[in-house]
Amino acid sequence: MRILRLVLRRLSLSIPCLGIILAVLFFLLQLAPGDAVDALIGQMGTSDDTLSKLLRSYYGLDGSVVAQFTGYLGRLVTLDLGLSVAYGTPVLALILERLPVTVVLMVTSMAMAFTAGCVVGVIAARYVHRWPDTIISVLGMLVYSMPSFWFGLMAIVLFAVTLGWLPAGGISDLRAGHTGLALMLDMAKHLVMPALTLGLIFFAVYLRVMRTAMLEVMTLDFMRTARAKGLQERAVLFRHALRNALLPMVTIAGLQASSMLGGAVVVESVFSLPGLGRLAQEAVVQRDLNMLLGITVMSSVLVIVVNLVIDIIYAKLDPRIDVGA
Amino acid sequence: MRALRRYASSSAALIGLVLLLMVIGMAVSAGWLFPDDPLSLAGAPLTPPFTEEGLPLGTDSVGRDIAAQIFHGARVSLLVGVVATGIAIGIGILVGAVSGYFGGATDAALMRLTEAFQTVPSFILLLMLVVIFGSEVTTLALVIGAVSWTAPARLTRAEFLTLRSRDFVQSCRTLGMPHARIIFLEILPSALPPVIVYVSVVMALAILQESALAFLGLSDPNIASWGNLIGDGRRVLRSAWYVAALPGLAIIVTVLAISLVGQGVNDLLNPRLGRR
Amino acid sequence: MTALLSIENLSIALPRGADREHAAKHVSFSIDRGEVFCVVGESGSGKSLTAAAILGLLPPGVRASAGRILFEGQDLLTLSLPELRRISGKRIGMVFQDPMTALNPLHTVGSQVAEVFRIHTTLDRAEIADRVLDLLETMRLPEPRQIARAYPHELSGGQRQRCVIAMAMALEPALLIADEPTTALDVTTQAQILALIRDLQARRGMGVMFITHDFGVVAEVATRIAVMRQGEVVEQGDAQAILNQPRHPYSQALIAAMPALRPPPYQPSSAAPVLRVEGVHKTYRRRGRTVAALKDVSLTLRRGTTLGVVGESGSGKSTLARCLVKLVEPEQGAIRVLETDITRLSGSAWRAQTGRIQMVFQDPFTSLNPRRRVGDLVTQGIAMRGVRGADLKERARDLFRLVGLDPAAIDRFPHEFSGGQRQRIGLARALALEPDVLVADEPVSALDLSVQAQVLDLLAGLRRKLGLSMVFITHDLRVAAQVCDRVAIMQRGEVVEEGPAETLLTAPSHPYSRELLAAVPGRGWAGGA
Repeated sequence: MRILRLVLRRLSLSIPCLGIILAVLFFLLQLAPGDAVDALIGQMGTSDDTLSKLLRSYYGLDGSVVAQFTGYLGRLVTLDLGLSVAYGTPVLALILERLPVTVVLMVTSMAMAFTAGCVVGVIAARYVHRWPDTIISVLGMLVYSMPSFWFGLMAIVLFAVTLGWLPAGGISDLRAGHTGLALMLDMAKHLVMPALTLGLIFFAVYLRVMRTAMLEVMTLDFMRTARAKGLQERAVLFRHALRNALLPMVTIAGLQASSMLGGAVVVESVFSLPGLGRLAQEAVVQRDLNMLLGITVMSSVLVIVVNLVIDIIYAKLDPRIDVGA
Repeated sequence: MRALRRYASSSAALIGLVLLLMVIGMAVSAGWLFPDDPLSLAGAPLTPPFTEEGLPLGTDSVGRDIAAQIFHGARVSLLVGVVATGIAIGIGILVGAVSGYFGGATDAALMRLTEAFQTVPSFILLLMLVVIFGSEVTTLALVIGAVSWTAPARLTRAEFLTLRSRDFVQSCRTLGMPHARIIFLEILPSALPPVIVYVSVVMALAILQESALAFLGLSDPNIASWGNLIGDGRRVLRSAWYVAALPGLAIIVTVLAISLVGQGVNDLLNPRLGRR
Repeated sequence: MTALLSIENLSIALPRGADREHAAKHVSFSIDRGEVFCVVGESGSGKSLTAAAILGLLPPGVRASAGRILFEGQDLLTLSLPELRRISGKRIGMVFQDPMTALNPLHTVGSQVAEVFRIHTTLDRAEIADRVLDLLETMRLPEPRQIARAYPHELSGGQRQRCVIAMAMALEPALLIADEPTTALDVTTQAQILALIRDLQARRGMGVMFITHDFGVVAEVATRIAVMRQGEVVEQGDAQAILNQPRHPYSQALIAAMPALRPPPYQPSSAAPVLRVEGVHKTYRRRGRTVAALKDVSLTLRRGTTLGVVGESGSGKSTLARCLVKLVEPEQGAIRVLETDITRLSGSAWRAQTGRIQMVFQDPFTSLNPRRRVGDLVTQGIAMRGVRGADLKERARDLFRLVGLDPAAIDRFPHEFSGGQRQRIGLARALALEPDVLVADEPVSALDLSVQAQVLDLLAGLRRKLGLSMVFITHDLRVAAQVCDRVAIMQRGEVVEEGPAETLLTAPSHPYSRELLAAVPGRGWAGGA
């Protein structure tokens, strides 16, 4: 019941949020030189006035700005994202085709980065200001300073080119023609490096958050109560500190969801994965604004969904989250 | 003076400062160490590093001097970093201060806006802005700044929320002080330290974002930028990995230097947390 | 027979860079079974760290550097941490000051109490559950089943403290250490918790080490007392002896600083009202529910008099104070300073008039901007009204003289002053604009007793000298007895009774006023004045 109410309330907050996003995007589109029709015409290589007029009225681009905005909103709400100028096919179909790869990539790297961040962060906090903490902090800093695409390239040089352990790119080996379980395994193998690459920076972030959170929780009064009860130090750590320290971690994971999606664009490009990010890059190269718009809207929706899941996890962890009216 | 000495007492902060000065030195000296256009041909393509005099770090796939590109690239990275950070922090402080101080409906509206900007993946928004406004390097700096203000805004807001209920702020109100004066002269100085520390994070992210755009070939193709060079090196990765590796090291050093200096400033401003 | 706990020559060293070397120096005392031993002292006396040292709960960097802590004949300082933890919670229970933070917010209260049994006993789940319910019932908690299932944030401060005591008492320890267990609670709750501790102690015959700063509380519970100052025990002995004939000058001063509960005879005032609060309502909306903070509050303050507003937390007294200086806008009613209804003034009109009603804040550590010089702080108000340069400095020096501070100190920063001095600075700032009405919101409740007495003296002096009219907000009836001509008692947003302090503090008529008066600790003790 509590969770259901939470979901409903979050969704009711997401609607104005999405509304603002759409309005900002519409405003940006107004600033773009030329509209979708100009782009279409340019693509066809002709300059036919009647045709462009026809197309404009077809796309509702000949009305007033207000009419255009309502039309635009109406189309987006019904998920009619229009045609891709570059591909000539519906944007929605293209996005849905590419979405699974991105989602899998995101979820795996997030899970890996989160788990590793927790474990290493706890270790750093346990040995604060002693050598394990120093080494972890230095490595964390170094990892955080690395551009993910560069790390990806270097990983390819080492693991694919030099050692030959892992494939350099793609989502599966097409020539092998795997099916079923073998295909799954093959895809997993192709995802190892991309997921590591994408997760690495976030690992550095989580690690730092976890370390700080643990140190902070350690100073709280209830830790003293737990010790006074006679709990041994290890039990104090695991039963009382850990769960409290996870709260800021979960919050950060939510805040990072959108930058993780942004990072996926670059990583997919490095490893030639057929995901949403690659689609976005192609759209930029082709100046396919319609497609970019669709991708932006859909990725925002994805971020909202991820955040919803994270809010539910948070509410499960923290009984204080009150979800009244 | 005392602050400076305290800063220097941390070796990490000192290393960061030295590295940062080194990068700034590279940017400043690029003009007279490598007076020629860094994008002009300098030698045979794919000359490996340390093999030819005059080309200390070798050449890229078309024969341009890698060292020259790295030195000139420092200018681009620092320019983008400084301009974008200035814009992001400026907008962030303004939005966060107003939101946190006034609360209520103002706060709700501004926070919805902030949430909206946080929901759209900023890199994808960046791609869209590049398509609309072009990828000239100053445009790029402005645009990166315009998508990076949300975190500083939230940080400033959080500070204002706690500070505005402090009695010293309340007492200013009972003295009849106007809002603008309370916000900027009474609260802001106390709210600033964590935001100043965050400057290093914003700057590091801005530099990384520009390099990622350049790597994808979406930045200004007419300038020597580290990301451009890595993008170029990618095409010859199997035969000449050093073309991509070297500029990457430059990015790491720069971002690391900024982070270390940020950490040092943090320890200086919050000594309580620095030494436990 | 050996003592239950005997502390011999204990010294506690503070980390380098602290304001002094030792938190405790050569502390010795012993506690027997069946007695309540009170350790009394002001902040910085080392009383809490002494208690923390017993169970090895000293903060990082702080350590016991010399002496012995013998518990049932065993020196606790020589035990390893795991060995010590086998005694903690089982033979020695501990209760902490702030029940709001002493419980883990993420676990139910029941499971936190049950944890004690899980650690130290081999009982199975069902047995533990039964024992927890029994225990909660012993703590006089209503509906123990529901309480056990509740999370800490769902309980009141008093209920939480009962749960913390339940944990400490679960295995019937031989010694209970209570570190300021009632300081964070309201008076009426405090009275209940004190009664509970006394009762449990009598029934179980355990020894109690009770740490407090409040001689009123001491008078309620103590059988023996040790008085501590700056890490040293200055006097110890039988409770009645020390309470009634303290020998050490410090104990004498502390007891003398305790405000007496006897108000001076009432002198009716016929002066014109300077402040009238008429039918003020204020509601807060929290999570969709509306909470009435002020319900139809009406009060009158006559020129030259002091009106006390007394209530527990949640009574609305602070909201009222904030309404008076327009930090909070009431929905209904009028607040007239002389003839002006300030609730109707616009923002800019009010800013021009703020000088007529000024406020002194509770917390001396947050009420002064740490980045400004104190001289600038006290004259900020007049500076905005056009006074400049040397005149301003002269005014600052005058104000400092007025509140008994060294006028040469106006160029220092707030952190260079003690709590009491800062409160004087806050007072100087409020007086700078020569207000018609001064609102003092718990101005002495964050101060140590001896400092509190000085600030109250200052206020009394200023009142005579300047003819101040004052609204004095407090939770402490003793303080109210000292400074107020009339007193209004507030409960849940309403004024339940208003009248001369003399009548209200000797023969209140409303049941709640009577309850409040009865709960004042040490009421039966003649000490103090």
